[in-house]
Amino acid sequence: MQTAQHNKLDAQGQIDAIDRRIIEATQAGLPLVSRPYHAVAEQVGIAPQELMQRMQAMQASGVIRRIGAVPNHYALGYKANGMSVWNVDDERVTELGQRIGQLEFVSHCYRRPRHCPDWPYNLFIMVHGRSRAETTAKVARIASLLGQYQHGHDVLYSSAILKKTGLRLKRQEK
Amino acid sequence: MDAVDQNIINTLQQGFPISECPYEEVAGQLGISEGDLLQRIQDLLNARLLTRFGPMYHAERLGGGLTLAAMAIAEQDFQSVSETVNKYPEVAHNYRREHQLNMWFVLATETPQRITQVIADIEKKTGYPVYNMPKEEEFFVGLKFEA
Repeated sequence: MQTAQHNKLDAQGQIDAIDRRIIEATQAGLPLVSRPYHAVAEQVGIAPQELMQRMQAMQASGVIRRIGAVPNHYALGYKANGMSVWNVDDERVTELGQRIGQLEFVSHCYRRPRHCPDWPYNLFIMVHGRSRAETTAKVARIASLLGQYQHGHDVLYSSAILKKTGLRLKRQEK
Repeated sequence: MDAVDQNIINTLQQGFPISECPYEEVAGQLGISEGDLLQRIQDLLNARLLTRFGPMYHAERLGGGLTLAAMAIAEQDFQSVSETVNKYPEVAHNYRREHQLNMWFVLATETPQRITQVIADIEKKTGYPVYNMPKEEEFFVGLKFEA
C-alpha cells in the first residue's frame, strides 16, 4: 500500500520546462512582496493562476516538500548538533528506522551504505540539542530503542557550517 | 528577536499557503500587519536567524541525484579542500564534523550520473578519497525547531 502510493507520486512528479522555470525562479526563496506568486508568474511568463496551480501540483506530488522557513538552528540555540551513526542488523534496520523516525527530537533518519572496514555504520540519525548533555541523553534513548540489534555507534558533532545554500538547479541553456 | 519573531519562525516552519495574498493570511493568523510580517521575515533573513524562506524542492523527484559524501582531510589541507569542494554549485551544504571523517557534504545534481562525475572530479583535484553514502531508505525528514 505504502509502496504503491510512492510509485504513484513518483509518476506524477514529472516536471516540464515551465515547472523548471518556476523552480529556477523560486529556489533562492519566495519574493517578499504582497503577492509573491504573481511576482514569480510574471518572471516566468505565465498567468498567476497557472503558477499557483502548478506549485500546488508540485506540492501534492512531493516535488515541493514544503513551502516555509528554514531556521538557522545554531542561531536559535541548538548548538549541539550530532549526526549519530549506528551499525544495525540489516534484517532489523527498516523496522527500527521507522520507529526511531517517530521520536520527536529526530530531524533526519536514513539508511546508508557501510564502507567497511573504515565505516561500519548503516543508520544515520540527526539529533539536535541545546547542549551536548541534552544531545547525549537523546542518543542514549536511541541506543536503548535499538537494544541488542546495534553493534556500535558514534556521534559526529558539527563544528562549522562550511556551506549552506540548499538545492540549486543550474540555469539551462535556452 | 522578540516573541513575535519567535512566533513567525515557529509558524513559518509549518508551511505557507499558495494563494493570492499569502503573507496577509499568515499575518492575520499571527495578529500583525502584512507589512510588519514582510519586514520581520526580511530582518530574520538578514540576521541569519532564517537561512531561507520559500519552497523546498525534493531533488530525487526532480530526476536529479542526491547523496551525502564524506572526506578525511588533514588539518593543513582543510581550508583549501573546503574551498575546492564549496566551489561546486552541486554542493548544497557542507559541514565540518569532529571525526576522522571531518568533512561532510550533500551533493545535489541534475542527473544521477553527475554524482559520480563530481565525486571523481573532487578526488582528482584534492587527492583525497570521497566516501559516497547515498541514502538507501528514508525514515523521517522534518523536525521543527522551536525558537
